[in-house]
This record gives sequence, structure tokens and C-alpha cells, in this order.
Amino acid sequence: MGKLKLYIPVIIFVAMAGAMWRGLSLDTRTLPSALLDQELPEFELRSLQQGDQLLTKADLPDEPFLLNIWGSYCIPCLQENPIFMEARANDVVPIIGVNYKDREQAALEWLDDNGNPFTMNIVDPEGRYGIDLGVYGAPETFIVDEDGVIRYKHIGTIDWRAWDDEIMPALTAVREGNLDEAVSGDRPDSPLPETGALN
Amino acid sequence: MPVRMSTWLMVLALVLLPGASGALAQGPVDVFEFETEEQEERFQELSREFRCPMCQNANLADSPGGVAADLRREIYDMIMEGRSDEEIEEFMHARYGDFIFYRPRFDATTLLLWLGPLFFLLIGAFVIYSIVQRTRTAGVAREEDLSDDEKARLSALLDKRGSSSVHPTDSSDRESPDKP
Repeated sequence: MGKLKLYIPVIIFVAMAGAMWRGLSLDTRTLPSALLDQELPEFELRSLQQGDQLLTKADLPDEPFLLNIWGSYCIPCLQENPIFMEARANDVVPIIGVNYKDREQAALEWLDDNGNPFTMNIVDPEGRYGIDLGVYGAPETFIVDEDGVIRYKHIGTIDWRAWDDEIMPALTAVREGNLDEAVSGDRPDSPLPETGALN
Repeated sequence: MPVRMSTWLMVLALVLLPGASGALAQGPVDVFEFETEEQEERFQELSREFRCPMCQNANLADSPGGVAADLRREIYDMIMEGRSDEEIEEFMHARYGDFIFYRPRFDATTLLLWLGPLFFLLIGAFVIYSIVQRTRTAGVAREEDLSDDEKARLSALLDKRGSSSVHPTDSSDRESPDKP
């Protein structure tokens, strides 16, 4: 007993050092989404390109798709655009844009200048739908499954590495319905993935 | 005379400037109109309680960030709709998770956070208690206090016990010497 007592401080030290070491490697810049495995929130918002047409959840694809929060002011979105353009050219996955807190004219010009990878664009001028989605800045990207349930969230820029190593594996897993086994990314109870800079 | 004048100006500036900078140092100002004072108080209270999701180390009241302004507007709207504080907290939690609370909720995942300090306090108290206990009981008799004769008898006794003991290490352990 006396011998064991001697080791108590060492045990406490090791336990605390371990916890703090893990704390150092945690990424506190990205928040785990509170909406994972929840239904995509309802919306009734205008379409960017089709004038005054109101879009709702019924207009969304009935296959897994990406929902990308973007804006013409958002520099990282410029970096994502070529990746999305290539995905669209090869028919990889439908990408739905949420034009977040932008001016419509600027958004349309941005799409003209850089190319339009989106199959559809929802206008969220005041960021209210963004709040429903727990968004805190563009770009953020959700993977939504065929039932309209949010299955994955990527915060920050999607570069080619993130596309190949995170988005595509997660998307494949969502399509095959085995996301939990296949992906150890931004899921609850698992370490958060590294992400690009926020704007 | 002109010297006097500038001195007075200096004094005036020193008196007024702190007030002016204090006004500047306050957070962003929204133009919300409230019907009652209670509504305004609740708004101030709630926007101090929630943490800005974008700026990490500011609450909603102090943050100049875009999403913080949006969330303040949401709080305002909900207060004016007559929703309770609990409903507003639920709204925030459903969208931004635990992160949004500066004061973490008490549940299984935050148990260590809330009770950890108490745990360490108890350990500290126990350590101090046992040290005090030991110094009280120990030091009643020390080897130095013994005469040469007694020392010889003591080591003879210890040697004898050591050779017959099952635990030879005990012989060198002078932690609790028997009373002479």
C-alpha cells in the first residue's frame, strides 16, 4: 500500500498529461455540426438564376448531393470552384449552392466569371437559412443523402486533398449506406478532420 | 498666458478622453427597439451568454462578426415573438451545438469539466491531511535522541527481526520504528 501511494502523483501526472496532449491536437476552429443525421431544415427561398421562382426541399435531388454554402465575397470559394466544375463536367454528384449573405448581382457575375458548377442555387440574402444549418461562414459543405438527411459536413475550403480523401469517400459511403464504418471524419465522438482556412 | 491655455487643454483632454475611448471600446451597436425594459435586459443577458461561433473567444454581444449580428437579430426576433429563454437556448443548441454555450451544460460529457476541480481539491485536502497526520505521529522518537547503548540495542533488535522475517526489505524500512 505504501509503495502504491508513492505512484499516485505519477499516475495523476500521466493521466493529465495524456488528456492535455490530446487537447493540443484537437482542432478547436471547426465546430462539429449539431445537425449531423438530422433532416435538412425546411426552406422556401428564391432561386438565384430562375427569377422569382421559390424553391423548397421538394426541388432537391432525390439522390445524395452536396450542399455548398458560398458567396462572391468568399475567397476560398474561388479555390473550390474548379473542383466543383470538374465534378459537374463528369457528372460526379449534384451540387446545390446556397448563396449566403451575398448581393445577387455580384453572385451572378461571379458565376459568369468563374463558371457555374451548381445544379441549382438557393438565395439566402440575410443568412437565416444559414443559421438553420448552423453555418458560421462560407464555405461550408454538407453531404445530404437521398432521404434529405445531413450525413457529413466539411467546414472551410475543399481542396483536392479534401475532395479525394474526405468528400469522395464520404459520398461513396453515403451512397452505399455504410458511412459510419467507412468514414472517421467529422462525425460525433471522433476527432475532427483538418480543414482549410475560414474566410 | 498661452502656456496656461495649453495646460488647461491638456487637462481637459485627459479628463474627457478616457470617457471617449470607453464609448469606443464597447461592442457593436444594434438598433433594436424593445417594448419593455425587461425585453431589453433579456436581450443583453442572452447575447452575453452565447458564444460567437465564428470568433471563438467573444460572446454574441461583443462580437463584430457577421454571424454574431445575425444571431443577435434572431434573439431579438424571438424575444419579440414572446419566446422563453429556454426556447431561445434550445434554438441555438439545435443549430450550433454545445459550442454556443459559454457556460457548458451539465451532462455526461461535461462531468469531468464541472467536477474535475472539486476532485483535485479533494485530493489536495487529503494530501495535506495525511502530511499533517504523519508529522504529528512521527518525530515522537528519533534515532538521534537515543543513547549509544539504546542505538546498539535497537540495531540488534532490527537485525534479529530482519533475519527471521519473511520480508527482508522490512528490516531496512525505518518508516515506523517501534518505541524503544
